Amino acid sequence: MKLQRSTRCALFAVFELAREPGRHVSAAEIADTYGLSVNHLAKVLRELARARFIQSVRGAGGGYTLAANPKRMTLYDIVSRFEELGDDDGAPPEPGADTDAGQALTRVLTEIDAITVATLKSISLTTFLKLSRKA
Amino acid sequence: MSLTDDNHRIRPATERDIPAIAAIDARITGAAKDSYWREMFDRFGNRPDRYFLLSDSAGRVDAYIAGEVRAWEFGSPPCGWVFAIGTDPDARQRKVASRLFAAICDAFKDRGVDTVRTMIAREDELIMSFFRSQGMMAGPFVQLEMPIDEAWPADDPEADT
Repeated sequence: MKLQRSTRCALFAVFELAREPGRHVSAAEIADTYGLSVNHLAKVLRELARARFIQSVRGAGGGYTLAANPKRMTLYDIVSRFEELGDDDGAPPEPGADTDAGQALTRVLTEIDAITVATLKSISLTTFLKLSRKA
Repeated sequence: MSLTDDNHRIRPATERDIPAIAAIDARITGAAKDSYWREMFDRFGNRPDRYFLLSDSAGRVDAYIAGEVRAWEFGSPPCGWVFAIGTDPDARQRKVASRLFAAICDAFKDRGVDTVRTMIAREDELIMSFFRSQGMMAGPFVQLEMPIDEAWPADDPEADT
């Protein structure tokens, strides 16, 4: 599975804020740590703030802090904000989708999506932090 | 089994604990399965290589775990399997299940195995999150199933094997 650039930015940003609870972390710090474009990261941070996952504090000593409970927030919460995760309701059908082969392909991809979603939903930020310490 | 503090301890289940275990499961699942838990105790209680452990807080059972060491199923070298775990909803967030999991892992290690394994329904996010929080990851096996009535004919000329 390959994540879009925005999704990786979001995961790194939220991870960084969860790692230092209470501290105001600047976008520049996060961008520097992970080699991200500050402009792109700023857009992602705005989206995360709109979702109320993080909050920004303006002024000197300002930055971003985590607004969500890291024990309750999962990777799915973040990833699903930026990626289509098997939920293509409303999307126009792909060419060939109504053929036998298309329907068989849908069954296989649905199985893969279900495993992906279950995996992302089962990993909280706290667990992700622990994983990062083992890596 | 270990005594974790003055009021809380991990201990093996006894026959007298079955109603308390069944009651915790009924609170979690909404289904009373007394005979199932009696059978579980018969299979896992006080047996070599099998473990049925409880979290006992001041004489009150607030969580359970059951598992065993199995060898060469699905071609796997001996490993510990956790088959059941449950925590009274009132006792959650107190790390009682984490202590039980650590205790059964210690018991597995004492039997010479270095891997613990379990199986969880995909939609059971709470339990899956718990095992993830203990460090568990997807293993090398994939569970497959099908309705038997949908099996393709044994003499299917298009079968791969």
